[in-house]
Amino acid sequence: MTKKKIIAVCVAFLFSFISFAQETPVPQQAQQANEPEFDINKTIFSHIGDNHDWHMFDITRKDGSEHAISFPLPTILVNTNPFSIDAFMSSEFEEGHKTVTKGEHTYIMKDQIIYYADANGNATDQKPLDFSITKNVFTLLLVAIIMLLMFIGCARAYKRRPGQAPKGLQAWLEPVILFVKDDIVTPNLGKHTDKYLPYLLTLFFFIWITNMMGLIPFFPGGSNVTGNIAVTFTLAVMTLLITNFSGNKEYWRDIFAMPGLPWPLIPIMAIVEVIGILTKPFALMIRLFANITAGHIIVISLVSLIFIFQSLAVAPVSILFVLFMDVLELLVAALQAYIFTMLTSLFIGLAMPEGHHA
Amino acid sequence: MDALSLAGVGAGLAAIGAGIGIGKIGGSAMEAIARQPEAYSKIQTAMLIAAALVEGVALFAVVVALIA
Repeated sequence: MTKKKIIAVCVAFLFSFISFAQETPVPQQAQQANEPEFDINKTIFSHIGDNHDWHMFDITRKDGSEHAISFPLPTILVNTNPFSIDAFMSSEFEEGHKTVTKGEHTYIMKDQIIYYADANGNATDQKPLDFSITKNVFTLLLVAIIMLLMFIGCARAYKRRPGQAPKGLQAWLEPVILFVKDDIVTPNLGKHTDKYLPYLLTLFFFIWITNMMGLIPFFPGGSNVTGNIAVTFTLAVMTLLITNFSGNKEYWRDIFAMPGLPWPLIPIMAIVEVIGILTKPFALMIRLFANITAGHIIVISLVSLIFIFQSLAVAPVSILFVLFMDVLELLVAALQAYIFTMLTSLFIGLAMPEGHHA
Repeated sequence: MDALSLAGVGAGLAAIGAGIGIGKIGGSAMEAIARQPEAYSKIQTAMLIAAALVEGVALFAVVVALIA
């Protein structure tokens, strides 16, 4: 299949998800004479966090009741003793109103977390292992497919048209890849560049593309992947593992038995250095998470200003601010990808020092 | 003085710190560009890196304020 056909199939597949959208009534707390109170905390945290379904928009029917249009995602729950897997669509939870019973386990979802439910339908403190395809998992898989399409297509273009000027997507990707190679990786890694370049390129493009997906307000974007601390934790753990597994003897000697130090101080300095090994990826994790989440919270708060003041006059001011913040977020998306990749390559380069000038 | 207002004060102090730090970085970057306009892109790259690192520190404080 040609590349155009593959892209067309993927786009059609994505759009078909919308046809699964269902309607669920939104719970109304304390229906007063005026509109119900706008809870900004709930709005912010429900947009920042992970969801078991993909919420598109709300519609208000003629009788005044609000319905949420969303399409459900598969829920996969693993119970540990005895080991069993329950898989079903999250629409069975009906936005947390209903308990779901499969076999001998009853589940209930509160605030997007699934607990075991007791006989009366109340949530206990126990949770099954939740391996569901949530919004973030779906976006991770989507970004993986996008990256595969981009790079495999680009590589095939080089084989098909050798020695000619690049065109199309290849022309856009080539300077970016060369920028990562020449300005980020080679100054830090020198002769070890080729070993780590694939991982660092993947890291750079993954963070950049997922940051951008979080900025698009409609399907298939709009999910906050890099603002999820589990995702950034995993990236930081990979940095930690790669850095320490490529450390050579001199790197470890500098941590545990640094030369030129009187021997009583070595245990203290060793502890400090070990903490230093852990804090560097920790800082990477927090930096990416906080930058992206803070940006999203600001945008959601600015848009919520319209709902808090409940007046249309606030709308132009709010939209202008949101536009400014979104452009800034575009810069932050690329910048954070650059910083993460640069610091990772710096740490890997530091783990392989060449010759010690004692 | 409940936890929520103290968290707000903490986040505000972090914003002051970030503002001062990035302001200084931007100021010295401007001076360096004025001295040597042909080094503009190198200086800009270094300025952006330093600004992102300083902002990272400020965002540590924001995360702690969010948790509180």
